[in-house]
Amino acid sequence: MSPVDALIRRHRLRAIELLPWIIAVGGYFAFADYLPLGSQILIMILFALSLDLVLGYAGIVTLGHSAFFGVGAYAAGIYAARVSGEPLSGLLVGAVAAGAVGWGSGMVILRTQGLALLMLTLAVTALLAEAANKASFVTGGADGLQGVDISPIFGVFRFDLFGRTAYVYCLVVLFLAWLFARHLVHSSFGQSLIGIRENLVRMHAIGSPVRRRLLAVYTIAAALAGVAGALLAQTTQFVGLTVLGFQRSGEIVIMLVFGGVGRLYGAFVGATLYMIAQDQLAKMDPEFWYFWIGLLLVLLVMFARGGILGLLDRVVRR
Amino acid sequence: MMPALETVGLHKRFGALVVANDINFSLEPGARHALIGPNGAGKTTFINLISGRLPPSAGHVLLGGRDVTLLPQAARVRRGLGRTFQINTLFRGLSVLENVALAVAEREGRGGDMFRSASSRRGALEQAYALLQRLRFAEDALTRVQELPYGKQRLVEIAIALGLRPSVLLLDEPAAGVPSAESATIVEMIEQLPPDIAVLIIEHDMELVFRLARRITVLVQGRVLVEGAPAEIAADARVREVYLGERQHG
Ligand SMILES: Nc1ncnc2c1ncn2[C@@H]1O[C@H](COP(=O)(O)OP(=O)(O)O)[C@@H](O)[C@H]1O
Ligand SMILES: [Mg+2]
Repeated sequence: MSPVDALIRRHRLRAIELLPWIIAVGGYFAFADYLPLGSQILIMILFALSLDLVLGYAGIVTLGHSAFFGVGAYAAGIYAARVSGEPLSGLLVGAVAAGAVGWGSGMVILRTQGLALLMLTLAVTALLAEAANKASFVTGGADGLQGVDISPIFGVFRFDLFGRTAYVYCLVVLFLAWLFARHLVHSSFGQSLIGIRENLVRMHAIGSPVRRRLLAVYTIAAALAGVAGALLAQTTQFVGLTVLGFQRSGEIVIMLVFGGVGRLYGAFVGATLYMIAQDQLAKMDPEFWYFWIGLLLVLLVMFARGGILGLLDRVVRR
Repeated sequence: MMPALETVGLHKRFGALVVANDINFSLEPGARHALIGPNGAGKTTFINLISGRLPPSAGHVLLGGRDVTLLPQAARVRRGLGRTFQINTLFRGLSVLENVALAVAEREGRGGDMFRSASSRRGALEQAYALLQRLRFAEDALTRVQELPYGKQRLVEIAIALGLRPSVLLLDEPAAGVPSAESATIVEMIEQLPPDIAVLIIEHDMELVFRLARRITVLVQGRVLVEGAPAEIAADARVREVYLGERQHG
């Protein structure tokens, strides 16, 4: 096999890539009492996946990704409360609103790098959170957005009390988003993002329009995060100020780092384990939970840079 | 004949330090031109000014007769400018083949393709591989750059630039840090460059310079001290004093 074929083959779908979907479908039947948690996990996977495009592939270090999640959640929530309860158009509204904010803020902040960029991502989130708080006449402010009422999907599938419809809905959306993200990272565009992460100076020197590429991926990832936020608004029929908070931004980075950055599946592993562990441990003692998360994070960063999937890689290669 | 590359009154200062001082320089198509001078003379800065990595304080850069002084790096690359770096500037986590393919994809204007399937990358990869074969570097195609010995990494520096099919190639100390016993492959690669490319090479090893260059410019403290054929430079008293002499002492 020629080296060219060998590289092309890496993009083919491998059997193991179906594992998350088998688990997700199996989980629907095996954990019927936990479907609301399951939906939350699927939403966080989508959110982490969108972050991976920005952080893992393009190497943009951000602590403000919740801005887009929050904008998507509020846009979809307000759309449902004021305009229409139709869910699919609501997702689109969330995606477009978040993508627009991603594009607009990216135009300004992607001119900077490193620490300055990190601070600016935080600043954008802070500004939006404060705006959502002040604009209580549309957002409900600190009380949260009320009156989010979602119609059946395609006019047929009602959102039921057990969260069955919600789970399947989130799963289908996540699956489509994954197909899209997978295609994207294996495209020439995706390769050029890796190039930017690996060596920015050289990308400039081979004539790559670096800023345009970064803005494109930032906008796409913002739209995907917006879809995740919209899913949360629709499935919980509520939007609170925490969707925009620093804490959510930080948590999603932790989840992705746990799973493994820049490998598409780190989002699946990290978000799932984090959400399940949080659900179990937080019942016992919430503060203790953060202690363990902190300790785990220190250990992973010191001894396993590639996260859990990176560790697995190394074990398998031996 | 119109020069492939020209600089007119090029100036660059960093604060009080003048690193490029009224540099008027031109490179004919097919030139093999060496730029020499002591450390800190401003050679790398000169390349950064030409490639657009740094903006000049004054003066102009012309590529194929067109003023590109205000154009960003990408636009200069599109007009045929390729460069390498004195300090390895590579995609370390990627294979040699992918390193070169990134350059090929950008040259073809396909670097931003999102929606064609992954196998649309095949075109860029095939071209990159053909280039590596021509450079007799194909057996390392799938090796990650960070796993290559340093000398071979220096070859990747050049291979990436050649993936752009430049008409003007700027080589910043291509053999820097490579023991002279191992630099033979690098010299060979440079000797076998297509004859129509205009090559500017910065090099410290005088033996290499005299072997590769048909013309030499000596830069001292940001100023062109003298320019001429190798024999003229070797015989020039001022050059001996500031450059060759210095090397003998230190
Ligand atoms: N970005 C910069 N800012 C300030 N000073 C610089 C910068 N780049 C180079 N210099 C200074 O300019 C001088 C010339 O550097 P350089 O062009 O790298 O020389 P050479 O390649 O001939 O060894 C040196 O004194 C160096 O310290
Ligand atoms: Mg130098």
